[in-house]
Parts: sequence; structure tokens; C-alpha cells
Amino acid sequence: MPKDKRIHVMDEAEVRRQIARLAREIVERSGGTEDLVLMGVHRRGTQIAALIREEIEKSTGEPVAAGSVDITLYRDDLGTIGPRPVVGESELPVHGIDGKNVVLVDDVAYTGRTMRAAINELSDWGRPKRIQFCVLVDRGGRELPIQPDFTGKQVEVGEGQRVEVYVPELDGKLGVDLSSVAPEAV
Amino acid sequence: MSAAPAALGKDLVGLENLSADQIRTILDTAEPFKEISERRIKKVPVLRGKTIVNLFFEASTRTRISFEFAEKRLSADTVNIVAAGSSMQKGETLVDTARNLEAMRIDMVVIRHGSSGAAQFLADRIPSNVINAGDGRHEHPTQALLDLLTIRDRLKRIEGLKVCIVGDILHSRVARSNIYGLLTLGAQVAVCGPPTLMPPAVEELGVKMFTRLEQAIEWADVLNVLRLQLERMEAGYVPSLREYNRIWGVSKARLQAAKRELLVLHPGPMNRGVEIDSDVADGPHSVILDQVTNGVAVRMAVLYLLAGGQPERAEAAKQGGDT
Repeated sequence: MPKDKRIHVMDEAEVRRQIARLAREIVERSGGTEDLVLMGVHRRGTQIAALIREEIEKSTGEPVAAGSVDITLYRDDLGTIGPRPVVGESELPVHGIDGKNVVLVDDVAYTGRTMRAAINELSDWGRPKRIQFCVLVDRGGRELPIQPDFTGKQVEVGEGQRVEVYVPELDGKLGVDLSSVAPEAV
Repeated sequence: MSAAPAALGKDLVGLENLSADQIRTILDTAEPFKEISERRIKKVPVLRGKTIVNLFFEASTRTRISFEFAEKRLSADTVNIVAAGSSMQKGETLVDTARNLEAMRIDMVVIRHGSSGAAQFLADRIPSNVINAGDGRHEHPTQALLDLLTIRDRLKRIEGLKVCIVGDILHSRVARSNIYGLLTLGAQVAVCGPPTLMPPAVEELGVKMFTRLEQAIEWADVLNVLRLQLERMEAGYVPSLREYNRIWGVSKARLQAAKRELLVLHPGPMNRGVEIDSDVADGPHSVILDQVTNGVAVRMAVLYLLAGGQPERAEAAKQGGDT
């Protein structure tokens, strides 16, 4: 068994507060919900996007378009990472993304490579009016010049630590921890 | 989190030696690839910079086109070599051809060849990934995989289903690959067709045999109707097309006697009015065009999974491999 030291970062109430704040900021800066499209990044980004969408629909009473993007086929390290990673489903929003205000939602911002891949994938799908980037947790460590436009919480992450985001659909709870042991290979 | 996919190794030569996990990995991987073909820009960059040679020693239109679409939608660079009817023969010439291609730095070969075992022969001798697109009477794995995917899409499972393959089993690599794949995934498999077109001791493969189509229809959940190669008639395996149709043709009237809704597959190209009647081919039981669509997704999945490859295997092949 791994010696697992978990440091608590956000509990469910805190995550929900951040989601509510992110939802407000997204609507404000997008000038409403009309052309707004929330695109979750597979996998946990999709769940975070769903929570934000729920929050926006609740507060504005208007439906928000949504979709999801799996970036596996756009990764820049496919040549080096051995066995092929599982490819997830991507789902284009019903009315597409042309001319839309797309907000890409992910759970954690780290190297920026996932966002690079997601942006490339979206450009193969159409031409959004604007793409913005929203994360629940920013842990720093960027390797590309890409910064989130909306950030839930910034977290200092030490050597060997990683950010664990829990979502109800996959983990049975909502919250964020720092763990000091890399979990078993997924 | 999902489990890591089961590695496929360097090549896909047949389904005979694949595990249930490996087959499921291919089918599961094919699912997200379907959506790519529905996009406006039907292309993802995953095989960018890879060079694939489609080496076809036997005529084939749909398999080659399906592979080519799959390759192009994954951004690979492709070259087609069609050597049907040429003087190229198996043995050294095949290896020489491949080695010449390798000298031009290719990454994958998709091979169709008239001799059983040609794909394995090549796979053992070159470091590139080799995909069998049909070799003699041996196997045609991607066809069986797309059949499996189509059945699973419609009936939501493979395990426990009763699948009957109808027609020329003797000469059919499609039948063989289907039998291996279906049995590995836990389906019950039967074959049905003229005695002259049955391999000897076919039951030893673990399949049931029906001598009348009516019995097969009564038993099965799925019929996979094989194409009758017209040259079989000239060779005396069947007396006439009309008689073949009368006894072995899948017709609407025959299907109406079925106990349940049957799914009808056909690997194409069809001989309408011979092994399958038009009202069946175009009717509600038929999933023949789904098979064609799924063929591209399954081939994309195989290309993607193999390109992930195992460098150590490729290394071994480079050393000369087995004799």
C-alpha cells in the first residue's frame, strides 16, 4: 500500500463557492449566455463544466450550450509515451462552435499542454469568436505561454505532489486534495 | 479511471491469437473514432508524419478505400501499391518489395495477399507494423472486428449471442476471423452452407453446423451472409446461381419464419439475388451500411493502437526474426 499523505485543499462547500464565482465571472465577461458554449476537457473538466453550467442556468434561467473535448489524439507526446492511452468521447455542441464564445473548462491547469491540444482540436472543429480558459485549480508549472482566464484557486504544489480533484460521477465526492504519492497508473 | 488498453503488439495478423481483452480494446477504441468521421474537418493529427503503405497483391476496392480513409483521417501519409495480377509472387519477392519500401523509411504496411500466411511472413521480417487486410483463406481481421463492432452496437453485447455465418465457409477468411473473434468474446457460432463449401471437420473450430438455412434462421440472433465468389460456380462447387439462391439465399420469406428479429450482416460486395435478396439487403434487418461506416472507425482504432507499438518487438524483427 502506498504511504499516502493527503493535504486538504478544498472541501465540497468551498468548491461550490468557487464554481458559483466562476459561473458569475464567465457570464459577466461574456456579456450574457447567448453565444456562450462551455466545453469540458475530458474527463474531470467535463464534470466541472457541468457544475458551472448548472450554476449559470440556475442563476440566469437560460440554457447554456455545452460539449466536451477529449484531447488524446492531439497530445504532443504520443510518440514517446508507450502504450496508447485510452481515447475518450468528444462531443460537439449541437449548434457547433462557429462564432461562439467558447469557454474551455478543465480541473487543473499545469503545463498548459492540455490547453494547447484542446485549442488545436477546437480549431479543427470550427472558428469560435473567442476561446477562453477556465480552471478549478491552477498549480503553476507552465511549459507553454498559456494562462487561464478564470481561476478557481491557485495552489502551491511541492516536489512529488499532485493535485487530486474529486468529482461525484467518478469519485463519489466533490473536493480537492494535494497528494504526495502518485496514484497507481491509470 | 479506465484500465489501460491491452497492448496489441507490433502487428495485427489475425484474431486467432488475440485475447478477449485485446479485442475489446480495439472495439472500445473504435467508438470515439466514429465521431471523427462526422466532423466537418475529418482529421486528427495522431499519425502525423507516419508513412503507411497499402500493399495490395489482390484486387480490393472497399477494404483498400476504407483503410485509406482511416489512414488519412489520422493524418498519416499513404502510398497505394496495387500488384494484382502482376508477376509478384510470395516468398523472397514479397520480402524484397517490403525491404525496398522500408529503405524509403515507412512505418506501417497494410497487406492483402492471395497466399495464406503472407501477412505473418512479412511481419516476421520487417520492423514496420504489419496489418493483415486479408491473406488467402487465412484471416481478414479488420473485417471481423467491424462485424463485431456492428453487432455490439446494435445488440449491446456479443457474449451469449448466436451468430450463424452463411455461405462459402471453405474459402472464406472473413468466416475464419469471425469465428475466432466471436468465440473469444463468448458468442455461440454456427456455420451453414453447401457441403461442397464447408471445410472438413469445421466443428473442430468449436462451431455448430447447419445443413439447412431454415434451421440456422430458427437458431440465430445474427446472420452473417458471405459473398458467393462467382468463380466458385465455374469450379463446380455450386451447380447454378439460381439454385444457390433457392437453397441458400437469405430472403424476406425465410426471415419471416424467424423466431426473433434477426440482424443481417454482409461483408460486401453483395450479389443481390444470389446469397441475399434485395428486400433483405435494403430492409430493416440489414446493418450492411453500418458495417461500412464502422469499418473506417475500426481501422482507425487498429492503426492508432499499433502505432503506439512496442519498440522492442520492432527491434527483434529488425534482427531478422524467425526464419
